[in-house]
Amino acid sequence: MNTATKQAPAVISADARPVSGAWAQEARTDAAQRLARMGLPTRRDEYWKWTRPDSLIAATPAPAALFDYKGEPPVFHQIDRLKIVFVDGVFDPDASDDLSGEGLEIERLADVATTDIHWAKDLYGVLETRGQSPVARPLAAYNTAMATDGLVIRATGRVSRPVSLIYRHQDTESDAVMHHVIRVDEGAKLTLLENGAAAARFSSVSEVDVADGAEFHHVRAQGRDHERQAITHMFARLGAASVFKSFTMTVNGRLTRNECVIEMRGDDATAHVAGAALGDGADGDFHHDDTVFITHDAVACESRQVFKKVLKNGAKGVFQGKILVKPDAQKTDGYQKSQSLLLDDDASFQAKPELEIYADDVICSHGSTSGAIDEEALFYLRSRGIPDHIATDLLVLAFLADAIDEIEDKEIAAEISDRLDAWLARHRG
Amino acid sequence: MLKINNLHVKLEEEDKRILKGVDLEVPAGSVHAIMGPNGSGKSTLSYVLSGRDGYDVTEGGATLDGEDLLDMEPEERAAAGLFLAFQYPVEIPGVGNMTFLRTAVNAQRKARGEEEMSAADFLKFIRAKAKELKIDAEMLKRPVNVGFSGGEKKRNEILQMAMLEPKMCILDETDSGLDVDAMKLVSDGVNALRNEGRAFLVITHYQRLLDHIKPDVVHIMAGGRIVKSGGPELALEVEHNGYADILAEMEVEA
Repeated sequence: MNTATKQAPAVISADARPVSGAWAQEARTDAAQRLARMGLPTRRDEYWKWTRPDSLIAATPAPAALFDYKGEPPVFHQIDRLKIVFVDGVFDPDASDDLSGEGLEIERLADVATTDIHWAKDLYGVLETRGQSPVARPLAAYNTAMATDGLVIRATGRVSRPVSLIYRHQDTESDAVMHHVIRVDEGAKLTLLENGAAAARFSSVSEVDVADGAEFHHVRAQGRDHERQAITHMFARLGAASVFKSFTMTVNGRLTRNECVIEMRGDDATAHVAGAALGDGADGDFHHDDTVFITHDAVACESRQVFKKVLKNGAKGVFQGKILVKPDAQKTDGYQKSQSLLLDDDASFQAKPELEIYADDVICSHGSTSGAIDEEALFYLRSRGIPDHIATDLLVLAFLADAIDEIEDKEIAAEISDRLDAWLARHRG
Repeated sequence: MLKINNLHVKLEEEDKRILKGVDLEVPAGSVHAIMGPNGSGKSTLSYVLSGRDGYDVTEGGATLDGEDLLDMEPEERAAAGLFLAFQYPVEIPGVGNMTFLRTAVNAQRKARGEEEMSAADFLKFIRAKAKELKIDAEMLKRPVNVGFSGGEKKRNEILQMAMLEPKMCILDETDSGLDVDAMKLVSDGVNALRNEGRAFLVITHYQRLLDHIKPDVVHIMAGGRIVKSGGPELALEVEHNGYADILAEMEVEA
């Protein structure tokens, strides 16, 4: 790639922003100002030391060829769900189901943003702003200023059918900027699925407000297009006794950075963030970055970070995970695990686990490891007649198991397991 | 069935010779025991036969039913009918015992050109075998050897042996870490598998296992070689007098 590519401007003029109604206009103006103050990320920023932001902030995206699925059915195809399709970041009503369901209100951001008043104004750009401190996330502010499409979802009851966002990638040079606002009302429950590459370059921000006693489950399968790039942010605010669980599967992709920023505001809340990333540099460059920041700001909350990466042939993995426990967040139970399995000497993994604790009655720990396949276990399996490659796959899946276990719905978990298994079978040797 | 001919083995990483000319023949239907002091090379012999990395064969060889064992991958040796019951069975978190066994049984069947066993047939088969070894359903569901007691691990080895139906079974210090009851259970499991077509090589430190699994031939290994062979009475002699007398008689250094 040519490194002299022009950068996107850090100062976005009012005319460059999407046409908006009063509330969105204000939110976008604020976001543009935040971005102007922060500036675009550079490699000198501590949080961008291991992931080069250059291609994410280039004025135009590098083209990405479409992945040939060779007739393989898309992930989640067997799950009963409400399907909502976006093509290169633009809502496709013809390919989507009706945007309605019991206990559900779904609107298109592009419609909502042109109204003068909407409840989304209490969240749009609001949780993102809260997540800008203490660590600046300029690309999220850029997204808030510029997002052209996305959904505004409100769950008012316990919704049994998952809402499934399908991101199709059709244009090899597309640059999608999407933003979702999700509110799960008190005692309500929502499962959100996301899959697909979305675009050659995909910027996504989701702001999720999980009210007291509410549950939000999120399972994401990022697109397999080898050259695609993605920068995603999820900002969540958790009420008392609420549950937030997010799992992401990533196989392939030139560059992926998934940031998850969670603020635990109500007592007894639970937040689990997990990921399984598999990269084979033989398919092209693979760089995967999980950046997580969980703030405990209430009593007796539990947080878990479980990230697993399987890397080979020059694939690169990054983990930056932090648990911040505020002075009043007593009885906090926080755990962070980040492990990588390096299948050869060319793969690399960098991890920065951080704990910052101001309360005295807490249980917090982290573990970060990076290693090769356990040769003792491999020999044991082979000595029972299991061929080398199958034994290796068994051990890799075993390594990934505790991340997959974080998916609450067992049918969805089985689907993810099958996909990971299939990926391994395609990448043997 | 198993023929070992003048086998010399050294460690791959360092210039340390461990086996210095082992000759041994174990015919079908027989049980041979190898006894010997620590460091005599007993476990190395079992590892080299099953194909573990880290050893160099510098001279000699080993065949199973005439096929060159040392030329095969570990999984090929297993499919050819070789089984090693490990002295220290490996814990594998995340891999269910049942998945492991089904994968192993079907991989061997496939390697031999046989049809894979259906899930239902497999379940019936494993339940019957597990019951004989007093292995409960819970143990089958748990990850391979994880959280198993010493006795459970050894019973799990014998369960694998029963499921895979090998023709040549090597038991590497299967008695270590077993109490009297567990030893009886494991021995009964092994004895149930004895038949005309199957041979056993029982590696042990102590004579007591051989009270339960009666050998046809006992070999004494020392200094990387088999220094004496005899009937079951040889094991008793070791039990009473230790190895020193035999070694002195044979003029080998332990």
